[in-house]
Amino acid sequence: MKRRDFIHLSGLGLGALMTPGVMAMGNPVSAERLIEPGIDAAAKKLLADTALNATKAKGATYTDVRIGRYLSQSIFTREKNVQNIANTETFGVGIRVIANGTWGFSATSDVTPDGIKKCAETAVAIAKANSKLQKEPVVLAPEKGYGEVTWNTPIKKNAMAVPVKEKIDLMLAANNAAMDNGAAFVNSALFMINEQKYFASTDGSYIDQDVHRLWPNLTVTAVDKASGGFRSRQGLSTPMGMGYEYMDGTPSEKIPNAAGFNSYRYSYDMVEDAITAAKQAKEKITAKSVVPGKYDLVLDPDHLGLTIHESIGHPLELDRVLGYEANYAGTSFATLDKWKSGNFKYGSDIVNVIADKTQPYSLGNMGYDDEGVKCKEWDLIKDGVLVNYQAIRDQVGILGEKESHGCSFADNWSSVQFQRMANVSLKPGKEKMNPMDMIKNVEKGIYILGRGSFSIDQQRYNFQFGGTVFYEIKNGEIVGMLEDVAYQSNTQEFWNSCSAICDKDDYRFMGTFFDGKGQPSQSSAVSHGSSTTRFDGVNVINTARSI
Amino acid sequence: MAILTKEEAKKYIDKALSYAKADETAVSISGGRTGNIRYARNTVSTSGESNEIQLSVTSVFGKRIGSSSINELDDASLKKAVERSEEIAQLAPENPEYMPMLGPQPEQSAATFSTATDKINPDYRAQLAIDSIEPCNAAGLVAAGYLEDFSGFVARGNSKGQFNYNTSTSVDFSVTVRTEDGTGSGYAIRDFNDVSLLNSKDVTTVAMQKAQASKGAQAIEPGKYTVILEPTAAGDLLRLMFGGLDARSADEGRSYMSKKGGGTRLGEKLFDERVTIISDPANTEIPLAPWDGDGMPLKKTVWVENGVVKNLAYSRYWAEKKGVPPLSRPGGGGFGGGGFGGGGFIFSGGDQSVADMISNTERGVLVTRFWYIRAVDPQTLLFTGLTRDGTFYIEDGKIKFPLKNFRFNESPIIMLNNIEALGKPQRVGGSMIPPMKIRDFTFSSLSDAV
Repeated sequence: MKRRDFIHLSGLGLGALMTPGVMAMGNPVSAERLIEPGIDAAAKKLLADTALNATKAKGATYTDVRIGRYLSQSIFTREKNVQNIANTETFGVGIRVIANGTWGFSATSDVTPDGIKKCAETAVAIAKANSKLQKEPVVLAPEKGYGEVTWNTPIKKNAMAVPVKEKIDLMLAANNAAMDNGAAFVNSALFMINEQKYFASTDGSYIDQDVHRLWPNLTVTAVDKASGGFRSRQGLSTPMGMGYEYMDGTPSEKIPNAAGFNSYRYSYDMVEDAITAAKQAKEKITAKSVVPGKYDLVLDPDHLGLTIHESIGHPLELDRVLGYEANYAGTSFATLDKWKSGNFKYGSDIVNVIADKTQPYSLGNMGYDDEGVKCKEWDLIKDGVLVNYQAIRDQVGILGEKESHGCSFADNWSSVQFQRMANVSLKPGKEKMNPMDMIKNVEKGIYILGRGSFSIDQQRYNFQFGGTVFYEIKNGEIVGMLEDVAYQSNTQEFWNSCSAICDKDDYRFMGTFFDGKGQPSQSSAVSHGSSTTRFDGVNVINTARSI
Repeated sequence: MAILTKEEAKKYIDKALSYAKADETAVSISGGRTGNIRYARNTVSTSGESNEIQLSVTSVFGKRIGSSSINELDDASLKKAVERSEEIAQLAPENPEYMPMLGPQPEQSAATFSTATDKINPDYRAQLAIDSIEPCNAAGLVAAGYLEDFSGFVARGNSKGQFNYNTSTSVDFSVTVRTEDGTGSGYAIRDFNDVSLLNSKDVTTVAMQKAQASKGAQAIEPGKYTVILEPTAAGDLLRLMFGGLDARSADEGRSYMSKKGGGTRLGEKLFDERVTIISDPANTEIPLAPWDGDGMPLKKTVWVENGVVKNLAYSRYWAEKKGVPPLSRPGGGGFGGGGFGGGGFIFSGGDQSVADMISNTERGVLVTRFWYIRAVDPQTLLFTGLTRDGTFYIEDGKIKFPLKNFRFNESPIIMLNNIEALGKPQRVGGSMIPPMKIRDFTFSSLSDAV
């Protein structure tokens, strides 16, 4: 844990120019506290107006206020034991202003009229101080005020309201199932997030949002002490913008994959997956080591999501393209001249990629982003051609657009909002096709499911991805499990080798809670939808070594 | 105000402990100032500072553990925090691995605090940024950099009479310099406890030289090459193996330290005989807080000597189970002053500089740093990643031309069996790491990234 992860923010000293996004993990609280209501919207509106009035009086030309109550519960188990249960709460306000054409931001945990007024004045003072260093004044794309509106993640069961014992029972049942099926070790974890976010701005919006996310996580390890070999198989769950209903294991949401077991769509069966994982972890120890060479790859959505994230999501973030992330995450190969040409072939003709924050059950799903822009969907790649980026109010003008894409996000009330990845998803194929149909046409290939190691260069050209389980395809049939598989490619070459995409019935999400960006780093949660997809002639390496 | 004195901290801790009714109670207070400044495109983008103080209570009934924390230190808040922690503990399931708290431990001092770093203010940070940006502006180069500084304290006491207190400071600075046309890129990074050792202009000069020298990079075939890893690059890979110096995962058969047939590789010669790795909280270049997270004193420890694995870390739980004394690794404590993020290790080296190593190399590749390193196989510690911000071809003792970046697939275990030479260690990410000349380093493909 880094220092800043446990030192969280309250007041700001004078002279601070912009509050660092100190990760406010929050204070430990009881599980009951997680279902107690926070202050109501009317009270938040009064507090927000206090900030809006205070900044106006000091000369700000734009202000937004985010009053946030962030709740989390994390449960960790290993084999038969509960290792830890952590419930946390953090509550505070972040105020961002434009004064003298320059951004200023300040945050405080003192959510009282006095505390907010002081914080608001600090934000303006910071903007004015920063304006001496400013080269070009901030220009915001216009956004209409929405008045008093609310938005809630469409959940059926608030995970925070489910008794801790019920959750532990399920996790230990999964652990036991894995152990009974030959696992040497099993770790399971359940992360639950509830962000109660209130946004107000001088545009006339008062937006009250209740955002829920959940992530069950499973790692099953098999060990063969005689050979000194061990292999782990990760669970095939994914983080979702859902309530505890994701844990119901609903049969209709189990999608049979081409390797003869179940993948999961909008519902996860943790016990079933633990059993499969234990069997597969053992099988992996003795599986055939891959012969390196060119293969046609058939990639399951739970695997492909990460490839989309790294090779399309990140390079199409406009702030990266412009150089603002040069010292950390890097820049991008997808430069403005490529986009302007109107004919930069990012992928083959069947590659259509959208960005959105509107798909139900996705992690990015919200009514409005963190600068009060109504969330929407837009095209990034159309018929294989690069057509757009992801941009927010102070940069979308560079693209000649008059409206923000609505993908501004801050990971806490204490962090300043900036451009973050929306859900970036590959549209399903138009023709009827399931993974079994797809594999029938593959002569020499590898079917990859689940996440493995992933690495990509700082401009997003060259990447290498592993996976969780691999199956060899020969003459249209799966002939057995493979190990030591990783594929290497170049982003443009890879997406241009895309030759088939399964239909919408196979469409599923892969997601992450921890997309990191910025210095100090902020985390953002994002999903990637896709159907099983085929890529031809991709370079596969063998990763086995002996030490 | 954020840094409490030892006496002030003890007063709050004793007060909180006086309210406790649990079998065992621990109270810690940590606080300090974190500041930063970030710039890109030769202009400051964000900067700031925050001050915080937090008191945390851990209560234990039998093997049931609960905790709570607060940011106010008045008596009523302290009492409430203790009560809340006890409520949570009574509802928690038992943790069978819980080890009773330790009583008083021998006092040890640490040189982790620097007054110069403690005095950093926004003007100081701005000047550091300007010193980095201005030369880049003048040379037609584009800088993006980040400085983060910390000054704070940690104090902890428990109901068994243990009390520890430590102050620490740190500063981390990194800068990426690119040519305006985007065809060259250089990088440099430094970290210290004492900011007076940091000259942002000098650090930036290194990144500027690398940016200019890396223009017009040429491609050579991927394959096995002799490499010279600058300390930053070597540290990027070595810190990944420090986490495996742990007995439990080795005993459980799921680590590169696991032995065929069961048990650990303690006592085995796993590396070239020039490899010696120790940790020493008293080392003045990378001072560490002298306790681990349980309040146990950190000792000078030899982990690897002449290539032989001499020690693995034992948590108190695992040590009891195995009937051996517990042993902590640096980096596991969370007590401030180094030891975070894989720091705290001292890797022995020689006297050669990077320049000396280049002049002694017939053919090879000089690597400034690695990027996006991810584990490929935990069994062999195989990692993949890429070179970045300054990769050069060496021929006949001289840098001949800049190279396009490579992807590598390599294990630090294999790498430490292929040592040609070790240079003079330098502080990198809180550890002392030498530049390394390694033969047969595996580059598996080329990248177009600059």
